[in-house]
Amino acid sequence: MVNVLNDRPARAGLVVDNAAKAFRTPEGGAVKALDGVSIDIAPGEFFVMLGPSGCGKTTLLRSIAGLENLDAGTIHLDGERLDTVAPFARRVNTVFQSYALFPHMTVSENISFGLEMAGASRRSAAPRVSEMLALVHLEEMGSRKPHQLSGGQQQRVALARALATQPSVLLLDEPLAALDLKLRRGMQSELKRLQAATGITFVFVTHDQEEALALGDRIAVFNDGKIVQCGTPEDIYERPNGRFVADFIGEASFLNVSMIANLPDELFVNANRGAHVAVRPERVRFVAVSESHLSGVVVESQYAGPDVRLVVQLADGQMVRVRTTAGVPTPTVGGRADVAFSVGSLRKIEV
Amino acid sequence: MNNRRAGDSSPTFAWPAVTYLAAVVGGPLLLVALYSLLTRGKFGVGVVWDPSIKAWKQLFLEEKLDGSTVFNSQYLEIIGKSFVLAALTTIFSIAVGVPMAIWMSFRSARWRQLLVFAVTIPFWTNTLVRTYAWMLILNDNGLINRGLLKAGVIEQPLRLLYNSGATLIGLVYTFLPFMVLPVFASAEKFDFRLAEAAYDLGARRPQMLKRLILPIIKPGIVAGVVLVFIPALGSFLQPELLGGGKSLMIGNLIQAQFGPSRNWPFGSAVAVALMIITLLALMVFNASSRKAAETGQSASGLL
Repeated sequence: MVNVLNDRPARAGLVVDNAAKAFRTPEGGAVKALDGVSIDIAPGEFFVMLGPSGCGKTTLLRSIAGLENLDAGTIHLDGERLDTVAPFARRVNTVFQSYALFPHMTVSENISFGLEMAGASRRSAAPRVSEMLALVHLEEMGSRKPHQLSGGQQQRVALARALATQPSVLLLDEPLAALDLKLRRGMQSELKRLQAATGITFVFVTHDQEEALALGDRIAVFNDGKIVQCGTPEDIYERPNGRFVADFIGEASFLNVSMIANLPDELFVNANRGAHVAVRPERVRFVAVSESHLSGVVVESQYAGPDVRLVVQLADGQMVRVRTTAGVPTPTVGGRADVAFSVGSLRKIEV
Repeated sequence: MNNRRAGDSSPTFAWPAVTYLAAVVGGPLLLVALYSLLTRGKFGVGVVWDPSIKAWKQLFLEEKLDGSTVFNSQYLEIIGKSFVLAALTTIFSIAVGVPMAIWMSFRSARWRQLLVFAVTIPFWTNTLVRTYAWMLILNDNGLINRGLLKAGVIEQPLRLLYNSGATLIGLVYTFLPFMVLPVFASAEKFDFRLAEAAYDLGARRPQMLKRLILPIIKPGIVAGVVLVFIPALGSFLQPELLGGGKSLMIGNLIQAQFGPSRNWPFGSAVAVALMIITLLALMVFNASSRKAAETGQSASGLL
């Protein structure tokens, strides 16, 4: 392919063009970690890269940081070539999954490190260090060593350390994976706040779809080294472009169209009657048999606090997931269930 | 069931070790200290029960025939020289051993195993034999001189053997593994992700080494310094064989007193003095390295 990138006008933000990277497996084969990935991240955007483990999202993140070299493709930052720049010279910092805090340095020394590498003395970096400590609410912890902090506090030190030098882009590699649920929720709002406060572009890697939906201005869903779909959280959740995305983000039941009764024909007038549709469990409700689209037997019922999660097995063996608000009467396991959904919530899926 | 904690277990378990150490370390040490306070036996063999501090005085005073004493720096010089040689041995071991250990620790697991094995190979052969091998390499007709003569670099053989330089070469050669192994053990545990983080934050190689790698492997270097310096200070084989008569160290002095010079009390006094000096040096070193750690200085400042 002829490279015409040089003729293109410079675009602001972080632009990845046709990135490719393969790793050797111990067996001698090769795995394509990145297979022609292109993304265009706007300045100040909170961009989430989501996918199962081994999908290439972390490889791309590390390539942006400069810790991996691409086999092919380019990365530009604010119109300037980034992938040929040495990692220590990139205006890009990373928050690592392991935090990678320097164990022999105090919290303040950790935060000061990047500033000192940029030429500041410890003394001249001190005001900025206090500012960062205040930003992550660790004013009292400056003289502690990392091992004297809780996981959540270490996480915030890692954030402060990476933000101290005011990078153009902050890369976050599953930073919340090691935290418990409650702490993770708190840190999610904290991250949104920090991003708004600093205006720095955040590129956030996660395998947690809920986290991706909660945080991202846009989400790129990765699978097998490729981007499957890229869009706003609402795009991704409401209008998945295929079975992988519909299945990976949230829950979905995949149903054969021919099994659905009372379906207005005009909706699927052009569709093959063997086509499939996806429906989210919260869009399914129990109705009287006359109004129902599908009928079956409840095979599973799970009380989950605010809602109840049920599985209805249809006559042909297909399963429909249903989520209803707790407190509303629902059929019990083994009981007959007639369900309906708003036709507008159905998504046609190529199988 | 009792919840047992560190220090809870009965001291009974320590008795065999304590008894053994008291018998074979403590006892002889006390005996040596006692000998240093007795008088030389007839014809210099053994001691006679006649308490005296003459042996200690002899360390820095010389008795004239008329009974008056004058200051004698001869033995103090040997002690000082031993310190210099031991310190140089330590410095060269650090200069060679630390980079080597760091390099080793960054190899693949299989290579690391092989390299550690290679470092321990010299232990298979007796030190005496290995020191003789150095004599064959360094002497006038040795490997180096013959090679240089053949290459036309020199016309006369270089005097490589029987001087302090040869002693130093022998000491560094002998004690290098004691620097490499502890440093390797701490460098091997180094988390490479920390280096990535430092790199990401703008650190270049020299800064990475100074701010990250050296401070983290410092405990290994401290252990290496102790393991090299102390035995080097008391060594007598290398100065004896490679230094010739000209390069005496404390070890040779002690050996001579129990051997040809036949002055057991003086030999004992020198041995006890060596022990006290070593202990003091160790305490100073410990205090300074702890102070460096507390003030957050990097190990490079210490070295």
